[in-house]
Amino acid sequence: MTSRDRILARIRRAAAGGPEVDIPRDYLRVHGARTPAQTADLLAANLAEYRARVHRADEGGLVPLLARLLAARGSRQVLVPAGLPVRWTADVDATLVPDRQTSTIRELDGVDSVVTGCALAVAETGTIVLDAGPGQGRRRITLIPDHHVCVVRVPDQVVDSVPQALERLDPTRPLTWISGPSATSDIELDRVEGVHGPRALDVILLTAPGAQ
Amino acid sequence: MTGTHLGMPAFPEAAREAVRDGVLRANLRHATHTIRDKRARAVAELADWDRLRAAGKAVKDHTLRHLDRYLLQLEAAVTAAGGTVHWAADADEANRIVTGLVLATGEREVVKVKSMATQEIGLNEALEAAGIAAYETDLAELIVQLGHDRPSHILVPAIHRNRAEIRDIFRTEMGRWGRPAPEALGDDPRELAEAARLHLREKFLRAKVAVSGANFMVAETGTMVVLESEGNGRMCLTLPETLISVVGVEKVVPTFRDLEIFLQTLPRSSTAERMNPYTTMWTGLGPSRGADGDGPTAFHLVLLDNGRTDTLADEVGRQALRCIRCSACLNVCPVYERAGGHAYGSVYPGPIGAILSPQLRGTSSEIDASLPYASTLCGACYEVCPVAIDIPEVLLHLRERVAQGGPVTRDGIRVTLRPAHGHTAERAAMRAARLLLDHPGALRAGMRLLARARRLRPRRLPGPGRAWTDTRELPAVPAESFRDWWTRERGNPQ
Repeated sequence: MTSRDRILARIRRAAAGGPEVDIPRDYLRVHGARTPAQTADLLAANLAEYRARVHRADEGGLVPLLARLLAARGSRQVLVPAGLPVRWTADVDATLVPDRQTSTIRELDGVDSVVTGCALAVAETGTIVLDAGPGQGRRRITLIPDHHVCVVRVPDQVVDSVPQALERLDPTRPLTWISGPSATSDIELDRVEGVHGPRALDVILLTAPGAQ
Repeated sequence: MTGTHLGMPAFPEAAREAVRDGVLRANLRHATHTIRDKRARAVAELADWDRLRAAGKAVKDHTLRHLDRYLLQLEAAVTAAGGTVHWAADADEANRIVTGLVLATGEREVVKVKSMATQEIGLNEALEAAGIAAYETDLAELIVQLGHDRPSHILVPAIHRNRAEIRDIFRTEMGRWGRPAPEALGDDPRELAEAARLHLREKFLRAKVAVSGANFMVAETGTMVVLESEGNGRMCLTLPETLISVVGVEKVVPTFRDLEIFLQTLPRSSTAERMNPYTTMWTGLGPSRGADGDGPTAFHLVLLDNGRTDTLADEVGRQALRCIRCSACLNVCPVYERAGGHAYGSVYPGPIGAILSPQLRGTSSEIDASLPYASTLCGACYEVCPVAIDIPEVLLHLRERVAQGGPVTRDGIRVTLRPAHGHTAERAAMRAARLLLDHPGALRAGMRLLARARRLRPRRLPGPGRAWTDTRELPAVPAESFRDWWTRERGNPQ
């Protein structure tokens, strides 16, 4: 008898005849009623509380803002995934390094910053979610560099709540949920940003033309 | 379940040692009170907390009722997505499987993301015996590993260490494992975290094999979910070529949608955050089968029983399998706060450990027989549990089993336990209690007698009661019994 069969047989003996359980789904889909603008404000506030730096721009303002953020950081090499709009980084005064499948981990380790889009953002928790879609690149490129700039399109990429986020995501894709920069509270519960993931996270809320 | 720390004294002795340690008590008090206050605020933000709690409990109970079906569904989904599923009945088998998988890669070191299941089975020791070095990469786990120590808390395993101790450990030990600590390392948490970052990055960038646990596994899709804060989890789950996840069978949930409950309750209950900094979800090798360099090219899932199906067979005790390892129960427990995690002699400390360890391991050892007594039964652990595990109920159930024996399932076989040694006092007390409760007149007379004799109160009880008072202060006896007071104030209680 294999362990698989043995374990399954034990489970059947142990659980047989137990009570059937209905799952109540009367919890809330969203906590509170908000306008799209209020949802974006909540996202910004919750991101900031966990030490992400939040910026707002429209398409016109995004180009200089990106250039300024990367220059302020002193980034010389900036990683850009396939599908990131080329015009976004038009004014960036640094070497743009395209993410290639052949890039080694050590090459990625030599990069200063990475700029990506996202799949969506969750306002109630201050979370951005990446699914390796266009403009987001591989999981590793938002992990190894020390600085991540993430662009969120407002309002169409922003949802209120975790239940709304899961509805929109495809579980077969590699999913990364990011809430603030890497952090630890392991030493006397003092919060320290940045252990292994990026120590700095800039989030740009990109508003549609005329929306602001 | 292995992992009983060899020579571990029973809980009362271990706790007595711990409460004498002033530094430990101060560290623990600060930690537990800080987390519990923050947690209460994070939970209060969600008006539907009670409904989320009820839903989480129901999802887990439903899954346990049909665990065979969901595990088979999970196996099919993971396999279809390019992963390989292994089944391990006990710790030895799980260790054999993992060791074999690592050796087959030709590698002799692995990086690990914090995993209680692998601690439970003693995987690091098994790998070491096979000539494989296992590096813990969570900052707290690194502190524990470098300090030749054991974890003392589920969430913050090195909570018993202060910054000066951590600096000393880094200074003396880091060089033996890889990149040494920087010269003149201070004790600022920022500096210490930076030292860990530099030390571990070397290992991440060269690691070919990683070992992880998982917080959840989704039967419907085969998706694995890991919640963490530092990014060491993402490093382990993304960069190495081979990923081996060792996960208890109880961690499965039926649908992707079910995560909407636990992704709300786990972070708030655990770290008191709206969401933890990083959550990674992956399904087998992903749509590209790992061909695009976005994740491992080989994924192995080891499904671990190791006492879980025996626990499932106990109608009262099985609710412990709902646990999502948030550690909220530790932070509100007056016993944990004073005794610390080491006293529990298991990777699962605190109230949840007191009901989980004796069920996973059985109650034949002295420490496991003593764990159901490591509680005041105040009920605070039940109040905070995000999946509503009635820990006091299970504690009482296990006390009865320890004191009186009874039917139990071990390795899938129904056996009858004999009463444990050393619990004659409890057995006598239970018999006496039954006698008195069956004879109200005797109870009233006894209490009056006790009240009148209160000035003569001894510090220890004579006879069979001595064992009881060896480990407890005898409470002060009130001037008047409650029943007498009630009768005087409100008339006859009958």
